[in-house]
Amino acid sequence: MRDPPEKLRAAHENLRAAHGMNDHRPDPDQLLAHVQAEEARAKRGRLRIFFGASAGVGKTYGMLEAAHSARAATNADVVVGYVEPHGRVETERLLEGLERLPTLAVKYRGIVRYEFDLDAALARRPGILLVDELAHSNVVGGDPPPRHPKRWQDIEELLEAGMTVWTTVNVQHLESLNDLVAQITGIRQRETLPDRVFDEADEIELIDLPPDDLLARLHAGKVYVADEVATAVERFFRTPNLMALRELALRRVADRVEAAARALTATRGRGRLAGDRVLVAIGPDEQAEQLVRAGKRIADALDAGWTVVYVETPALLRLSETERDRRIDLLRLAESLGAETVTLDGPSAAATLIEYAQTRNATRVIVGSPKRSGWRSWLQSSTPVQLVQHARDFDVITIAVPDQATPRRSPSSSAGVNGTPTPIRWDRYAWAVFTTAVCTAIAFVLYPRFELSSLVMLYLLGVTIAGLRLGRGPSLLTSLLNVAAVDFFFVPPRYTFAVADVQYLVTFAVMLIIALVIANLMASIRQQTRVAGARERRTALLYAMSRELAATRGLSSLARVAVNHLAEVFQCKAAILLPDATGKLQYPGDPRLDVSFRRADLAVAQWVVDHGHRAGLGSDTLAAAPGLYLPLGDERQRLGVLAVLPENQRRVLLPEQRHLLETFAGQIGIAIERARLAEAAEAASLDAERESLRNTLLASISHDLRTPLAVMAGAGSTLADRGATLDEQTRVSLARSIETKAREMSDLVSNVLDLMRFESGQVVLRTDWEALDDLVGTALNSVEQRLAQHYVDLRLPADLPAVLVDAKLIVQVFANLFNNIGKYTPAGTHVAVTAAADGKFVRVMVDDNGPGLPPGDPARLFDKFQRGDEEGAIVGVGLGLAICQAIIKAHGGEIEAHRRTPGARFEFTLPASGSAT
Amino acid sequence: MHQILAVEDEPDIRRILRALLEGDQYRFIEAETAERGEIEARSHKPDLLLVDLGLPDGNGIDLIRRIRTWSPVPIIVLSARTMEEQKIAALDAGADDYVTKPFSTPELLARVRAALRRHVRGAEQTPLLRMGAVQIDLARRESRGPQGELHLTPLEYRVLESLARHTGLIVRQAQLIREVWGPERLGDTGSLRVCMKNLRAKVEPDPRRPRYLVTEAGLGYRLRAD
Repeated sequence: MRDPPEKLRAAHENLRAAHGMNDHRPDPDQLLAHVQAEEARAKRGRLRIFFGASAGVGKTYGMLEAAHSARAATNADVVVGYVEPHGRVETERLLEGLERLPTLAVKYRGIVRYEFDLDAALARRPGILLVDELAHSNVVGGDPPPRHPKRWQDIEELLEAGMTVWTTVNVQHLESLNDLVAQITGIRQRETLPDRVFDEADEIELIDLPPDDLLARLHAGKVYVADEVATAVERFFRTPNLMALRELALRRVADRVEAAARALTATRGRGRLAGDRVLVAIGPDEQAEQLVRAGKRIADALDAGWTVVYVETPALLRLSETERDRRIDLLRLAESLGAETVTLDGPSAAATLIEYAQTRNATRVIVGSPKRSGWRSWLQSSTPVQLVQHARDFDVITIAVPDQATPRRSPSSSAGVNGTPTPIRWDRYAWAVFTTAVCTAIAFVLYPRFELSSLVMLYLLGVTIAGLRLGRGPSLLTSLLNVAAVDFFFVPPRYTFAVADVQYLVTFAVMLIIALVIANLMASIRQQTRVAGARERRTALLYAMSRELAATRGLSSLARVAVNHLAEVFQCKAAILLPDATGKLQYPGDPRLDVSFRRADLAVAQWVVDHGHRAGLGSDTLAAAPGLYLPLGDERQRLGVLAVLPENQRRVLLPEQRHLLETFAGQIGIAIERARLAEAAEAASLDAERESLRNTLLASISHDLRTPLAVMAGAGSTLADRGATLDEQTRVSLARSIETKAREMSDLVSNVLDLMRFESGQVVLRTDWEALDDLVGTALNSVEQRLAQHYVDLRLPADLPAVLVDAKLIVQVFANLFNNIGKYTPAGTHVAVTAAADGKFVRVMVDDNGPGLPPGDPARLFDKFQRGDEEGAIVGVGLGLAICQAIIKAHGGEIEAHRRTPGARFEFTLPASGSAT
Repeated sequence: MHQILAVEDEPDIRRILRALLEGDQYRFIEAETAERGEIEARSHKPDLLLVDLGLPDGNGIDLIRRIRTWSPVPIIVLSARTMEEQKIAALDAGADDYVTKPFSTPELLARVRAALRRHVRGAEQTPLLRMGAVQIDLARRESRGPQGELHLTPLEYRVLESLARHTGLIVRQAQLIREVWGPERLGDTGSLRVCMKNLRAKVEPDPRRPRYLVTEAGLGYRLRAD
């Protein structure tokens, strides 16, 4: 195809016309998206770009003039953020009378540069802010370091903060035109601006000046030329160059106008052709960069989404690390041009591409023109040819790339990756020689009984094994050695390389070819297995983390689990920073976090959580930072920040590693959100439980308190009114019943109070080493009355270890259990207390042979207000066992109730020392 | 006849105390506030104080502290506060015993008698202890049980001496350790526990349910000699 854009545009027009005839109604989703975009735009500040074909056309002048007239017309609050006057008198004059922000002094290699001060602008918040040179690069290595490497990113932040910004830019700075401009002028522009920023600008003002006028201005010394361009000034400012640049600028603005008109039509009822998708297939070669830019232009012309695909085939895996690193730069370039990027694994580039194109419903696939020549192109068809042969649902566009070397941009230095070629594994070559030796040894044994053809098979088996185990180089060596060995040892005349019969030459040739093919195939399979293994490992790692996260409760343990997994997978230090109640991020209490890591970067992390964009290493913001900061959660809910400080920066710079990291971050975000929801649900259920406790308490008190109160009131009034007429015995019994009931109420009240204290977490254990028999004895003394009619048998072993408990509380546990036995078992019941050491615990059993537990789940007995006998005559709200449970749990033990025949067993554990007291 | 001063803001409790103590032949003086309490204590020089902790004009613990600056008179705290921290704070301020409301009247009277006994004897040692069938002569270091002579170690005698100085009253663990082992062993509750276990094995009729050497969980020990 000689001129793809022309043909494409024609095809597209046809399709659009056909589409337009069928359906004029706008797609509701599209309309909604449009409305949302409009809303977002309303909050955002407006960007106005003064656009020119080259330096010297008067963009800055035009901007300042417009500023003056805006001030005169609407009294707008205009502030100059940064303008490079370059000593031009006209510009200087226009700057007078405008408020100017102070510039920021940045030290860089001993020189002080004056840069635009982003924070000063954010603090000043003017109505209109003027910032010259949109494509300017900030001094990344300077002091203080800039927040963003590029000025356009500063301006994005200003726009997001709602400020209106006016700026200037030249056509040669636009990323997608970078190639063309370089071809026209022979000068590669290093400062580029993503097309997206230009396209999303609210207003573009074209400052146009005919080339002859510009040259006249140049000669009059009215054009400032930057130092680095000064040498090339003669080459640059030539009429043909300027005309071409002017045309580019005009066309770019015209395209923009057309796109705007198209967008307007779309909202009025003409949708664009849905599902248009352009795939750009690239490899690590010279033409990839041009392919990406061409892809951008074609996708723009089609108004389609586009994806840049890099297929990692076994052949590509053999490339040196440096070459593979280029891929990082390429995919980043693609992303900066607005493409989606994907890295695929597959045995053949064509097959993988076709499969992917079909799953993504791609309509066009762009590939570079084949460069393969000679015998290889005859043996195996190139990827574009294969694509064309198998393409069903998409067009294949081949981009011819001129052979003459265009000045290539140096790979981004920020990557800082030092590639090292894979070392040659000499030991494998030794194994290759050994394989031939083994084959020969076996063949020697077989030689007298078998024909030569069978021995050749044996050697082929050797090659197969070598291919599978040793890789390509060694297996090729085995193939060659095998042929030599067969010739030397077995082909007559033996022990010479001479060949008696010519037919053996055919044998050798066939044997060599088969051996080479097998070696190649086996090595490919091996490589493929390795690729598949790596992919599987990634999936397994992700799965392992997800599974562990799912089994983890509580935010801090979640963070710990996630950090451990990340550290293992990416060989990095990682931290999860979570905001406190006020939204400020907090350091995790993880001592493994590097100290400098902790000190330097909470501010960056805070920026990330506030803006929802990632920052740090390899990102657009603060790329020079040693760590990478990813936001967790989504727009609605920013949950925190994942900070990663890799030991090897490649670990997070490689696109697939970065995608994997992002997948991990996504999983962690989900887990954190789940934990947050669980916490909220728990709090809610805790509230509900408290509420129900309060209700039960009220109901219970009305019964358990009123009954004894009635007795007391009755007995008291009887004594007061009729005391004189009653006999001594009756008086005493009435008085006694008042005393007993009062005591019961007192027990009840202290039980309720104790439980409330436990529930509200006010109880602090005052633990000490205690002897269990001492505690049981004390408890028995306190319930002496209650158990007066029972037989209590203490069977505590003499060598029982001391227990580490709060003595008062454990005495209460025993007292409550004994009280229950007193209440619910008849006189004469036998009670036995036994205990045994059980690891780090002492297990205590309190048994009785009374009537046993009530029907139902014994565990329910430990719920509040459960008692064996509902509404029975025995007073004492069912709190005793609930208190026991609270106390035992506070000690880290367990308490259970079991049925015995006859009777019941209450069994609990207490923390203990290993040694006896 | 012993004089007992009750500092208590609840009139009903004062009435009950008066009935109870006057019935047992004590002279009963009462005060409603901490301030009045201190004045009554200075003017009447009572033999025993019953002090409530929650008083309208201040904390009973402060009152105890002020009285302790000039008098060793036995003080029993009478309070509805059951939390251990408060008991400890009161004992540390100088109270001799702690009775929680609601109290059983025989118990209160027993405590009052014990406290008065200590006061009468002052710091003098009780030469003879009687615990059921066991008799211990602390001065001579001789003990007899139902089966004849008992052998107590010097350490056990010193523990008994220390407890006997406050017979019927709580003795804090820390105080026992300080008096018997010395202040440098404070916190070594293990030795005290072992010693107490051995003592019980020798003097208690049923060591697993001690009646004379009683543990006050979390606070200390109490000697209940006959």
